[in-house]
Amino acid sequence: MSSDVRFTDFKSDKQPTWCPGCGDFGTMNGMMKALAETGNDPDNTFVVAGIGCSGKIGTYMHSYALHGVHGRALPVGIGVKLANPNLEVMVAGGDGDGYSIGAGHFVHAVRRNVDMSYVVMDNRIYGLTKGQASPTSRQDFETSTTPEGPQMPPVNPLALALASGATFIAQSFSSDSQRHAQIIQEAIEHNGFGFVNTYSPCVTFNDVDTYDYFRDSIVDLEEEGHDRTDREAAKEKILEGDREYMGVIYRDENSVPWEEREGLDRNMADIPDGAPDDAMDLVREFY
Amino acid sequence: MPEDLNWAIGGEAGDGIDSTGKIFAQALSRAGRHVFTSKDFASRIRGGYTAYKVRTSVDRVESVVDRLDILIALTERTIDENMDELHKGSVIIYDGERSTMQDVEVPEGMVGLSVPLQRLAEDAGGAIMANVVALGAACEVAQFPIENLDESLDKRFGDKGEAIVENNKEAARLGQQYVAEEYDHEFDYDLETTDADYVLLNGDEAIGMGALAAGCRFYSGYPITPATDVMEYLTGRIDQYGGKVVQAEDELSAINMALGAARAGARAMTATSGPGIDLMTETFGLVATTETPLVICDVMRSGPSTGMPTKQEQGDLNMALYGGHGEVPRFVVAPTSVSECFWKTVEAFNYAEKYQTPVFLVSDLALAVTEQTFPPEAFDMDEVEIERGKVVDEAEIDGWLNDKDQFQPHFPSADGISPRAFPGTTDGAHMTTGLEHDELGRRTEEEEVRIEQVDKRTQKVRTAREEEDWDYREFGDPGADTLVISWGSNEGAMREALGFLEDRGHDVRFISVPYIFPRPDLSDEIAAADDVIVVECNATGQFADVIEHDVLKRVQRVNKYDGVRFKADELASEIENTLTGVDSGSQEVTAE
Repeated sequence: MSSDVRFTDFKSDKQPTWCPGCGDFGTMNGMMKALAETGNDPDNTFVVAGIGCSGKIGTYMHSYALHGVHGRALPVGIGVKLANPNLEVMVAGGDGDGYSIGAGHFVHAVRRNVDMSYVVMDNRIYGLTKGQASPTSRQDFETSTTPEGPQMPPVNPLALALASGATFIAQSFSSDSQRHAQIIQEAIEHNGFGFVNTYSPCVTFNDVDTYDYFRDSIVDLEEEGHDRTDREAAKEKILEGDREYMGVIYRDENSVPWEEREGLDRNMADIPDGAPDDAMDLVREFY
Repeated sequence: MPEDLNWAIGGEAGDGIDSTGKIFAQALSRAGRHVFTSKDFASRIRGGYTAYKVRTSVDRVESVVDRLDILIALTERTIDENMDELHKGSVIIYDGERSTMQDVEVPEGMVGLSVPLQRLAEDAGGAIMANVVALGAACEVAQFPIENLDESLDKRFGDKGEAIVENNKEAARLGQQYVAEEYDHEFDYDLETTDADYVLLNGDEAIGMGALAAGCRFYSGYPITPATDVMEYLTGRIDQYGGKVVQAEDELSAINMALGAARAGARAMTATSGPGIDLMTETFGLVATTETPLVICDVMRSGPSTGMPTKQEQGDLNMALYGGHGEVPRFVVAPTSVSECFWKTVEAFNYAEKYQTPVFLVSDLALAVTEQTFPPEAFDMDEVEIERGKVVDEAEIDGWLNDKDQFQPHFPSADGISPRAFPGTTDGAHMTTGLEHDELGRRTEEEEVRIEQVDKRTQKVRTAREEEDWDYREFGDPGADTLVISWGSNEGAMREALGFLEDRGHDVRFISVPYIFPRPDLSDEIAAADDVIVVECNATGQFADVIEHDVLKRVQRVNKYDGVRFKADELASEIENTLTGVDSGSQEVTAE
């Protein structure tokens, strides 16, 4: 690992095909800055991406990376990290990937608290399939497949995380590049599962949750004097529901990652070139 | 035919049937006798009928037969359930003092031994030891020296304290003495002991042990009958080698965790049964197209859907061969015996890493629940070879970079196999994706690149066909006109069936196929035979279909799909009926 890593080292030579103005540009830049800022380099970093516009991120970044099947990015990231705890693992996906098809994995990844970061690029719409409701779409948000709106309340991902025992819950806005990068950096530095829901507006299919909407409504918790270590205060903020917060909402300073509790510190790739020396003992157990 | 004794204990789930049976099986094994066990069980914790059956002989036993000599019946239903296997002279041990057993009528010609199991157990220290009293009684009937039980009781109850162990030993002796004193009937058994040392294990344990021997360090799974024993075996043991078992939230997660660990360079595995394979199918294509080495074990049970969770079937062959959308290159290996469960697991990891493909290890319930004896040398760890394939380290990586210094994880080599750089390797950073990709692992829809990548993945299979030995296992008379082919766990029953068939004047050549894909070419063997019969535990003949497709010739089929494995004598009759054209009225399906 070299000390002179720049964030552009995490950029691949592929030009993104996101729509001009897409929030994902800013989201990705912040991720790259945060990775460089925390002393990582492309050769010790593993990025896992889900399916959807957000999933393309693995192609536009330069690191070890896997772009998997829809909704399963978190289990892949957990597998990578447990097999080699020395790697920096970052999982990125969209609101459909994380809160719809992958919602079950989200709950359990939060519970397991493996030391990795998870950035959800939340645009409250399915963009790649050209504009259908997502789990974070508003109840009355009209789309091609929900003409009257989904008629269900949106998922509150922060509440879902809190209820699952999260040790780090944050929210950021792709357009506020400095704060976004800071927040991602804190998620990386957190000793456990660093979850960041990033508002990453879709300029093509979502005319409700726009840059203007977020700029007007977002409240920075830094300016509110919020105590991030206070779980009760975090709960209140998260359940308020009618406000868009930015910043680290909750951080458990005593978090111990699962792999540490389980005593995993070895790179599992290193194995002998034959059966273990004491392997006949395994056979003798069956006497 | 081995001179064998067939013994069983049956009752309700929750009666301690399994642990009692295991104690007896272990005692026999320690006394230098071969053992082959089977279970009748239901998918519930309490209630219902369950039995643990032991076949034992001084010679090797490879199968179960349709005969029961000594039965410990804890319930009346146990006798009814085993009526077909009981015969004149069978001994039935039961507790005639129990209110539910007072009206038991022992069928004519059989010997009923009413032993007050519960009362004697109380004399020894507690009613809970009633099953052990029954074991003592069975030892007397079989003329099996009761001292042999002691070590098993030590092993089973040792951690509960000396007093408990001693009470159990006493309970066994009370059972033995009761039979010796109350019944002066001469039984025909005299279980010989030998100096041989055997180990006793089941197919799931053998798979788990094979994984450890092969350097597997990461196992993620979700509990499911009958694959859970693989996971339970590895839990704790894998930690000694720096590995971990992770219980995932579902099978979707389990296979993706294993995929992640494999991308990180670990030898990784997951095991499940049919319903879990359904879920994992989603990820088969990703494993194959990202060229990730992964061992996926399917311990088959009766399907479809929830089917019969505790019953035998070989119904997932098509799933293993063809599951997943698109064209998914994969290898399919099916161990044919408990010891082969070990060796084929070792091989599976090598194929996975050498060819960077998913490898399906297809076992079944019959192998999973069978405990079988082996000399320890059957698992000679010095024979275990680990081949990791084209792993590239920092010193070699320059040779695999393109002119822009980018690592090429899907480089189209002549043999189809690309270099692998584990994360953390300097200058090796690369991505891969389930989208069609170029040599750099980046999305493409360019026609030429698509063809190049599909061809390279196909080429890996061709290379493997040439490089590896995909041979079959052969038994019986190599020159016989009748050829029987089977796959998976039927091997044991068929090997013994050969003896029955020979006695009845039928010479048979038997080919047991452990490699389903790639698989041996059986054209010559089939051409040389007058009758070709494919034996398998499913209704439609999935392997027979594959064989017919390979050789463009119809074969005859013997199928069984009642949820119970083939028994050697039963299978011999099925083969004989097929040869003589007799419709046995059973489950035989004959093409045309």
